[in-house]
Amino acid sequence: MDTMGMSKVAEPAIQTTQPLKIVIVGHVDHGKSTLVGRLFHDTGSLPDGRVEAVRAMSEKRGMPFEWAFLLDALQAERDQGITIDISQIFFRTDVRHYVLIDAPGHREFVKNMITGAAQADAAVLVVDAKDGMQEQTRRHAYLLHLLGIHQIVVAINKMDSVEYSEARFQEVGTAVRAYLADLGIDLQHTFMIPVVARDGENIVASGEKHLPWYTGPTLAGALDLLQPPVTSLELPLRMPVQDVYKFDDRRIIAGRIESGHLRKGDTLLFSPSNKKARIASIEAWNVKESIMAVRAGESVGFTLDEQIFVERGEICSLTSNPPMLSNVFRGRIFWLGREPLVPGARLKMKLCTGEYQVEVEKIEKVIDTQDLGSNEQNHVERNAIAEVVLRSRRMMALDPFDQNMYTGRFVLVEDYEIVGGGLINMDGYADQRLQGIKSQNIFRVEHRVPIEERWKANGHKGGILWMTGLSGAGKSTLAFSLEQHLFRKGYLVYVLDGDNVRHGLCSDLGFSPQDRVENIRRVGHAAGLFARAGFLVLTAFISPYRADRDRVRAIAPDVFHEVHIDADLSTCETRDPKGLYKKARKGEIHEFTGVSAPYEPPSQPELRIDSGRHSIEECLAQLDAYVSDNFVFTRH
Amino acid sequence: MDHLDVLESRTIYILREAFNKIDKLAMLWSIGKDSNVMLWCARKAFFGHVPFPLANIDTGKKFPEVYEFRDRIIKEWKLDCVIGECPPVEEMDPTLPPAARSGARKTAGLNNLLAREGYDGLIAGIRRDEEGTRAKERVFSPRGTQNTWNFREQPPEFWDQFTTDFAPGTHLRVHPLLHWTELDIWRYTKRENIPLISLYFAKNGKRYRSLGDKDITFPIDSHADTIDSIIEELQHTKVSERAGRAMDHEAEDSFERLRAEGYM
Repeated sequence: MDTMGMSKVAEPAIQTTQPLKIVIVGHVDHGKSTLVGRLFHDTGSLPDGRVEAVRAMSEKRGMPFEWAFLLDALQAERDQGITIDISQIFFRTDVRHYVLIDAPGHREFVKNMITGAAQADAAVLVVDAKDGMQEQTRRHAYLLHLLGIHQIVVAINKMDSVEYSEARFQEVGTAVRAYLADLGIDLQHTFMIPVVARDGENIVASGEKHLPWYTGPTLAGALDLLQPPVTSLELPLRMPVQDVYKFDDRRIIAGRIESGHLRKGDTLLFSPSNKKARIASIEAWNVKESIMAVRAGESVGFTLDEQIFVERGEICSLTSNPPMLSNVFRGRIFWLGREPLVPGARLKMKLCTGEYQVEVEKIEKVIDTQDLGSNEQNHVERNAIAEVVLRSRRMMALDPFDQNMYTGRFVLVEDYEIVGGGLINMDGYADQRLQGIKSQNIFRVEHRVPIEERWKANGHKGGILWMTGLSGAGKSTLAFSLEQHLFRKGYLVYVLDGDNVRHGLCSDLGFSPQDRVENIRRVGHAAGLFARAGFLVLTAFISPYRADRDRVRAIAPDVFHEVHIDADLSTCETRDPKGLYKKARKGEIHEFTGVSAPYEPPSQPELRIDSGRHSIEECLAQLDAYVSDNFVFTRH
Repeated sequence: MDHLDVLESRTIYILREAFNKIDKLAMLWSIGKDSNVMLWCARKAFFGHVPFPLANIDTGKKFPEVYEFRDRIIKEWKLDCVIGECPPVEEMDPTLPPAARSGARKTAGLNNLLAREGYDGLIAGIRRDEEGTRAKERVFSPRGTQNTWNFREQPPEFWDQFTTDFAPGTHLRVHPLLHWTELDIWRYTKRENIPLISLYFAKNGKRYRSLGDKDITFPIDSHADTIDSIIEELQHTKVSERAGRAMDHEAEDSFERLRAEGYM
């Protein structure tokens, strides 16, 4: 609406503080717009003559006056009688300023509800006392939780339609509380208020006439008790690069600091490019003194001491606490696209200022917001919430949402439109940042024996048969049988087995995602050395992450052969040769591949062995044939 | 950071997004208080530079003080400013009420300028608290080929992720001041000492609160002749900012119709 409210008190210090942003949500027809109209009127925030004008307009149209009309500024809305889009309106109480965001309750308009709610610091959830919780009540509560809004005021409206019954209020209130608690919302920050929005009862004025049994705050009173948003100064520095300017002789890196702070002289790490440079100067226009430090929330610019190439989308951090690097993550998403989301879909993902092409690798589950259950479904319908695995060709810089909301959330874009948003969960996925060579002055030395000479002497080429698959798929069994078989044929062959290396080379490593990455890195290099010595190396590692296997391939690209020992989870679990699945199911082993940690099957392995269906002998014959086809080296 | 710092930082962020994402970009400069704040924030965003032209839609019916101020600032701040001329009122939709027809001239002038200069995007200094339809706007708001606004099907916009991918032929409006209020504008103008047209200050008991064409804009009763007294006045008023703008009030939907056709 038009203006700030009238102030009844002298201008206090509250003028300089940020207004609290409140979103009003709830099922269609539960009375959101009426509640907002009334709140405005009763706090004295409406311009003169507005109510009279709407009354006159209603009369002209032959309709009874409704408070909701005050907000329905667009003609289209009045005709349909529902709020199509969000409205943002400013009002104040004696305690502080508010921006009120009125979001539509209609199912079709979830995208508008999200547009409104994502900006809010707190929410008012309006529930009809008679109808109780309905489909959109639950969906909206779920979306609030997903958007990270944990301060919720529940207004149980239309108490007049249930004869102002305290019992009914308790009944509806208990159901709402139970649902919010199941979502993991801390009920300490929630209020439950019986109101009659139309009559202004418990909106600003107390509803003691009809609701004498209620002794808590009114709606406006509860709003005044909510906490202002917290700043993210304490979190590690994250500044997504928004642009690089060269308007004059300065080359300025520009962006907004989303968390933490930076100082002149700090060494910055840019991710994902992994480049480093120091801040030479912090730049600003129209300032008297040079700036030494800037912090979260500020849109800033700085120059670097070295002319490194950095571009929009990279995330600046300090070197000590950088974001994760990964080409894959799990996202809890809300899907707004017209067509259902399916595995294999390619979308553009925007994370801060970064843009990445991603592919939906897997839809893990679709969440039913009505009963909070989850379904295994292979598509996500419009307005549904799901957990999906997204993979990018490029390395992405990101954080888990629970560690940094700014760099832990993303939107999805398809055909020019934002079609979804989501939060990042990295449980079970490793940080893929490479540590690089720590020591200085390391050079490669050339051998005087060419590799072909070795192959000629051995009668076969060296190489790596990298067997990957679930525990129990048969990797070790096949590797040791093949080793024996090839040795008898005269091959220089050796098995690197997962369990064996963990006794020595990798005895310091556990099974956390980080340790798994390091385990595979070491084995990859060891296998590479064997292969260069002329050996045929057989490895038997679950090696669940595609990125790790790709990295081993990069160590020895011309001799790396990825072999997927492919048996499905239920087969492996039935076999369970080491009793590990049982332990994992009991929760005795954490992060067990296939049970509580992901397995990423190869997309294009050189060889796939169906060990679920074929016998060991059959599998062995296929492997033997593959070795003969690819590793025999004939003398010419 | 105080409240004004927060507003300014977000405005700078939006301006930088627009500059990065839109090839042929211009900033609408009405020379009023809001667009001066916007221009000021642009100079902050781009470290003293304004890396796109300003576009001034000239109805030819502005107050003389407006033209004087415009030409002075262009010279002093070394701005690149293109002027869009407006067609005569006789060419406008005769079903619109008279003042709205004047407003429609501005839309036509704007659309002519867009066609002539080939801009893909325009930055405009509208605010959500000004008027009901503006309350529903997006920061990045796509327009159809005729520059029309489809308020029924607006894109989602959250977490400061704006719709920055467009089908060819789409025109874009960017609104970096959407989250400011009238009071914020005045407080920021004061803090930053931004130059202003004298018409905003009371003379003989009258001042202009919002500046439009001189034949359809009316001053309000006021004795506020400094920024401080204007702020004081606004804190106690219950009259809307655009009350003096006739085109908003002729018919219930006239402003909405203007906006759907491309008005700011």
